[in-house]
This record gives sequence, structure tokens and C-alpha cells, in this order.
Amino acid sequence: MNKFAKQLLPFCSLIFIFLLFAVLEPDSFLTKENLLRNVLNRSSVNMIMAAGMTFVIITAGIDLSVGTMMGMCGMVGAWAMLSFSGATWEQISTASNVDLSGGAIFGGILVSIFVGALVGALNGTLITRLKLAPFIVTLGAMSIFKGISLLMNDGKPMPVSSFSVLDTGEILNIPVSVILMVVVLLAAGFVLKYTRFGRYTYAIGSSVETAFHAGVNVNRVLVCVYSLTGALVGLAAMITTSRASSAQPTAGLALELDIIAAVIIGGCSPSGGRGSIVGTIIGTLLIGFLRNGLTLCGISTNWQLVAVGLIIILAVAADQLATRREA
Amino acid sequence: MPVPTYSLRMEHISKSFGPVQALKDVTFAARPGTVHALCGENGAGKSTLMKVLSGVHMADAGRIHLHEEPQAFTKPSEAIEAGISMLYQELDLAEHMKVYENVFLGREIMSAIPFRIDAPAMIRQTRELCEQYGFRLDPEAPISSLTPGECQLVELLKALMRNARVIVMDEPTSSLSEGEARTLFGIVRELRERGLTIIYISHRMEEVMDLADDISVLRDGEVVCSDRRENMNVDDVVRHMVGRELKDYYPARDVEVGDVCLEVNGLSSEEGVEEVSFEVRKGEVVGMAGLVGAGRSELARALFGVVRPSAGSIRFGGRELNIKHPSDAIRQGMALLTEDRKRTGLCAGLPCGWNITLPNYERIGMKTLLKLAKERELCEQLGSKVKVKWEGPDAPANSLSGGNQQKLLVARWLMADAEFIIFDEPTRGIDVGAKKEVYTIINELAFQGKAQLIISSELPELFGICDRILVMRRGRIVGNFVTAETSPEKVMHAAAVEDNGL
Repeated sequence: MNKFAKQLLPFCSLIFIFLLFAVLEPDSFLTKENLLRNVLNRSSVNMIMAAGMTFVIITAGIDLSVGTMMGMCGMVGAWAMLSFSGATWEQISTASNVDLSGGAIFGGILVSIFVGALVGALNGTLITRLKLAPFIVTLGAMSIFKGISLLMNDGKPMPVSSFSVLDTGEILNIPVSVILMVVVLLAAGFVLKYTRFGRYTYAIGSSVETAFHAGVNVNRVLVCVYSLTGALVGLAAMITTSRASSAQPTAGLALELDIIAAVIIGGCSPSGGRGSIVGTIIGTLLIGFLRNGLTLCGISTNWQLVAVGLIIILAVAADQLATRREA
Repeated sequence: MPVPTYSLRMEHISKSFGPVQALKDVTFAARPGTVHALCGENGAGKSTLMKVLSGVHMADAGRIHLHEEPQAFTKPSEAIEAGISMLYQELDLAEHMKVYENVFLGREIMSAIPFRIDAPAMIRQTRELCEQYGFRLDPEAPISSLTPGECQLVELLKALMRNARVIVMDEPTSSLSEGEARTLFGIVRELRERGLTIIYISHRMEEVMDLADDISVLRDGEVVCSDRRENMNVDDVVRHMVGRELKDYYPARDVEVGDVCLEVNGLSSEEGVEEVSFEVRKGEVVGMAGLVGAGRSELARALFGVVRPSAGSIRFGGRELNIKHPSDAIRQGMALLTEDRKRTGLCAGLPCGWNITLPNYERIGMKTLLKLAKERELCEQLGSKVKVKWEGPDAPANSLSGGNQQKLLVARWLMADAEFIIFDEPTRGIDVGAKKEVYTIINELAFQGKAQLIISSELPELFGICDRILVMRRGRIVGNFVTAETSPEKVMHAAAVEDNGL
């Protein structure tokens, strides 16, 4: 089975789920408002984070810390916006409303991305220098980030009510967050396919020893991969913060599961060396449609969790079955 | 007691996988108390035939008789029960368990107390069997502490403990040094004396001619020749295997050796390389002989920056080198074709083309951005140069046979255009045709003035292609011979003296 056929299965599942809800709930599901606003726009946060996770999983790694990292980046970014606008610690901690300048907002977004890249690089450094399993390092980091988010303002959110550009902002009638998502996906797809760095990502996942013997600076590439993921988490954190008009310390909690699920459903192999951005887009949309459709059908979020779990297992099982038949 | 003429008869065996007919009406018979060599290039059907014998595959047609009794194996355990044991190229021993535990794995002796295994009895039986056959093995040693040769013996013990009457050995010496291999040959002869049938699969003609009583040759799924050893010589066997006359197995070379390219002085590493000094000149092919564990691959690793040398210096192209990482070595113009194709050579699941270009992006002007069309074109050129049989650069590397995977790696390092190339066991487990093509490439590289170091456990190969042969023992270089003025015996002596075999 070739690469194309490998992608066929998730793609058909996506079409199937789309048609299913189109038939079940034609009036509410099949509207431009629902598809563009609720699914595509809502998916943008997951999509941006999943783009980074794709790199991580192709290297045969995993990053469990992206969920709580998003919460932390949001808190740090919001704090930076407030500080840049001249708010005192008093005002921040009492959650008073502060007017934000455009420069402060831009600065805050940069700080959030930078913090994400930094802690991602830290994850990568621990994994490569101490030769620890990515699972362990990022499991620890997950807890640390959650702790820091809660410590920052005693568990209280930080309101940034005038930060709305990533929520309602539009360019040519297209939401800014959707534009960001498209740019990130195009860039990630380009890097994976058309750059040396992308090739090294695949090579490390396929055989880290081979990559090393072929002169790949494995440690540097891995640190970059985790740092890149962190930066994208920082960007996604700002979209979430903007939507909630405040940074929530518990934002992104358990989100890592949806992200990893989307990437795996999209055909990334957890044992490394295989995966693509197109697959990740399909995987993320599949979860997005599923959640949206089930909500419209009036099925509770608890059942949605069960459905997503089943899909993950089914997707991986089907993929394994196909691979085994091929061998 | 009437001894049957044949201990094993396989008659009119046919087997297809989809449209591919792997075996066509194969008839194969082996006599008791003999070594029967099974020869053929990779893909000739040897493995399929043995898998039919051992119950892994079911034949589409044909019969198997063991000691003149018809058999119909549907799974491997039935073949084992009937007395057929397979020793595969890649051993499957439980690394962390002890010798006797492996020997009795799955058939442990239970003691009087329920659920308790009787370790002393198993150790005793293992020791008795070792003594009976003259194996020097400690039943209580963990597998991880054994050499590849000793692991081979453990596999044999397993087979003997199951009362095997027919033992199939698939490339048993591919991971052994010459000394260990000779010990194994002694054991094979011993087993033959005791009336067992050994089916011996090997690419090494010297071994086959030395050991076999009978030889069968498979080509394209058919038996093209089956006869007594004394009626055949190497040329006959090779001719039957390839279906054409191989005039000279080792192509001739006439190259003027140039200036010093690589000069190593007092090189030591934590992995056991001790004060190694030697030089390799441009256009020179230097062989590196030694037993397994003599430190040859470790020397290669120290030269290539896989491990950092703890002492000594490397001068390359007239300059002192400080290599910290394989990328430094590659940038300076070195290449290392590693011994372990699967683990350190290939990215098996990735396309062939990616495998070729992996270390070479800088050299082909794709430092950051790739040019896919140009990459493809370069890979196709190199692929046809090394005569790799593939569906093209997009096919995954693991879809190729062993010999073609090796050619892929040769293509990789040809693209690197290195000045100094280390080949570590370049022809291990690949067929005669592919071997010859690798030798031709080595000659061509010598002609272009490249310096080459060939690590090999096959002495005839070193004598066939090298200008000089260095010998390593216990991490040191203990011999430096000009090939034309020495003999395999002298080289073996240097490699193995004070070594007491297994």
C-alpha cells in the first residue's frame, strides 16, 4: 500500500462522519456559520498545536505537556500585556480592568510564543542531554506547568477584556485565527516536505542510530522540534486567551489528549518515521466534526469523550491491520 | 539395524506467494550422517524451502518424508516435535536469561513441589550435554555475557535437547570470527559423526567446499544441481548459482598507490582501542582482519567520531583532525559503511532516495531547502551506477533485499564523494552477484584515488581485494602484511595466537 492509500482511510472516515451529521442534522450542521465558525474556527487552536505535535511524534517522541503549557503561556502572555500597559501588580492580582494598548497586546503575544519555545527547548534539552524518555520528561513538565499557572495569580484568571483581535478580528471577512492556522499548517507542511530539517525529523524517528551515524546532529534537531512545538503552543494560548477575554490557569487542561489523538488518527506512527501535516489536518477535523456533530445531536460531552476514545483505537487498529497485511 | 538411505526427502515441493512462484517442483533429499550444503543467491528460494520444512509455510504441492515417514507440518512446533530444528541467521535467545534457562525455555523440568522449576536438574542436563559434545559453556552464564559464537552453541544445545535429527543452519558463521567459525565446523563434523543430518546454508564458498558431503544448488526456485561434494568444485557451484561463468570472483585492479591520506597515531578509545597507529594511502585498499571483538569496529567508530578517542591523533589530508561527531568526519571527507545495516545503516521505513541523501544535503547544495526533482535525479543516477534493483527512489528501503540494501548504502557514500571510506563487513549476508558488484565499486574507488579500509571476517575476501592487511587483536594492531607476500595462515596466526578459541 502506498502513501496515498495510507491517507485514504482517515480521509474516508472524515467524509463518512461529515455525511453522517449532514444527514442527521442537515439544518444546524450544514450551515456556513456552523462549519466556519464552530468547527473550523474552534479547530484552529487544536490545529496549530497538532502541527507541532506532528513533528514530535514523527521523531518517535511525545509531548504530554502541551495542554498545561498552553495554560501557562496564556497566563504569562496576559501578565505581559497587562505589565506592558502599565498595570501594577495590585491591579493584576485584583483582576481590575486595564485598557491594553496595541503594542502591549503584540508584545504579550510575542512573550507567550517565546515562553512556549523556551520551555519546549527545555523539554528537548532534558530529553537529549539526560537521555530521558520523552514520556517521562513531558509528564513531569505537565505537572510543573500546571503548578506555575495556578501559582501565578493564586489560581485566579487574568482578565484582558480588550484583547479581542484573535477572537473576533477578521481580515477580508476571514477570522484572524483561521488565517494564523492556515499559515502555520502551510509552513509546517513545507518544512516537513521541503527542508533538510524535515528530513532529519523523519530520519530520527525511523532510526536514531542511523541518523547519528549519517552525521545528523540528533540532539540539536530534537531540541528544535520540541521548541517549535512550544512556540506553536504559545501562539495557540493567545487565541484561547483572546476568546475567553482572560487567561485561565486551567486552560488547555487535558487538551494534549485531543492533540495527540488527532495526530495519531491522521496516520502518524507512535513508533516514529511516519506522518504528515495533511494527515494531521484530517485527524483534527475528524475530531472537530465529531464533537460538533454530537453536540448538535444533543449528546453530552461525556459521551463525546467515549466516542473520541473509540475512534483513536479504531484508527490505530485499522492502520496496523493494513500495515500487517502489506508485510 | 537398517539405516534408511535418506533421513529427509522433500519431493515435488511447489510454493507460490501471490503471483510469484518461489519454489517450482523442488526435490531435495539428505542422507543421515552428512552435511548437505544448500547454495543459491538471495531470493533463489533457500529460505522458502527451509520454511516449508520447518512448518512456517505450507507447500502448495509436494510431500515431506522424515526417516521415510510422511509428514504434514502445519505449524513450526510440529516440525520441532518431529526432530527438525532451525538455527536462523539472527539468533533468538532471551538476552537476560541464563544458558540453561534458554535451553529449556518453554519445556522446563518441574520439581516435586508444584509450580517450581527444577533448576539443578536443568543445569545438570545442560552440563552433561555440553560435555558430551565438547562445548565449552557455563550453563549458568547469562546470554548477554556470551560471544556470538557461544550464542550459536546455545542454539545448538536447544536443538539437541529436543532430540533434533535434522538441523538447518542458515548462515551460521555470518557473525562469527574465523576462530569461532573453525570451532563451529568441528562441532558440525561431530554432529555428523553421530548420525545427524545438517543442512548448511552459506554464501561462503570456502566453508561449503570444506564441510559439505553433498551440495544442492537452487536458482530461481528450482534445484539446478544436486551432487556429492567430490564431484564438484567452487567454480561449478558458483556457475550453477549465478547461471553464468564468474571468470574471476575478485576483479583485478591495477592502481598506483599515492600519498598518505590518513595517518593515525596512538589512537585509543574507551571502547577498548589501544594505541593504534597506521596509515592508508590514496588509492590503497587496506584490509583489517581479526576475530570478533578484536576492536575493529570500535576503531572505525573512533575514527568516524561515533565515540571520542581518549588519546592519539588523526591526520587526514595533511591536517590534524579533531572529530567530535560523525558530522565532522563527513564534512572532512570520511565515510563509514557500518556493520549493522538495519540498526545503524538504514532508515528502513523511509524511501530509498532519502536514505541515499541523508548525510549529503550539504554536498549536493541543499543545505536548508531541498530540490526534490534534482534529488530524485541524483538518486536515480547513483542507483543505476551501483545496479540496485528497486522500484525507484520512492520505494521504502525495507522493500529491498539485503544485497540491494547494501548497494543503497554504497550509493549513499558514493554521493558523499569521500576521500577515505571505511567498509565494515561490506558483504555480510549478501549474495555472490551483489558481492562482486561491491568489489567492483571498491576497485573503482581505488582507481579514483580514494583511500579505503575494509573490515572483514572473511579472509579470502581480504586477500582478494586488499593491497595490505592489518590484523587487530585485543584492541591493538598486531600485524601489517602486504597481501602479495603473506598467506591466510600467517594472518590467522597473528589474529588468533594466544586466543584459545571458544
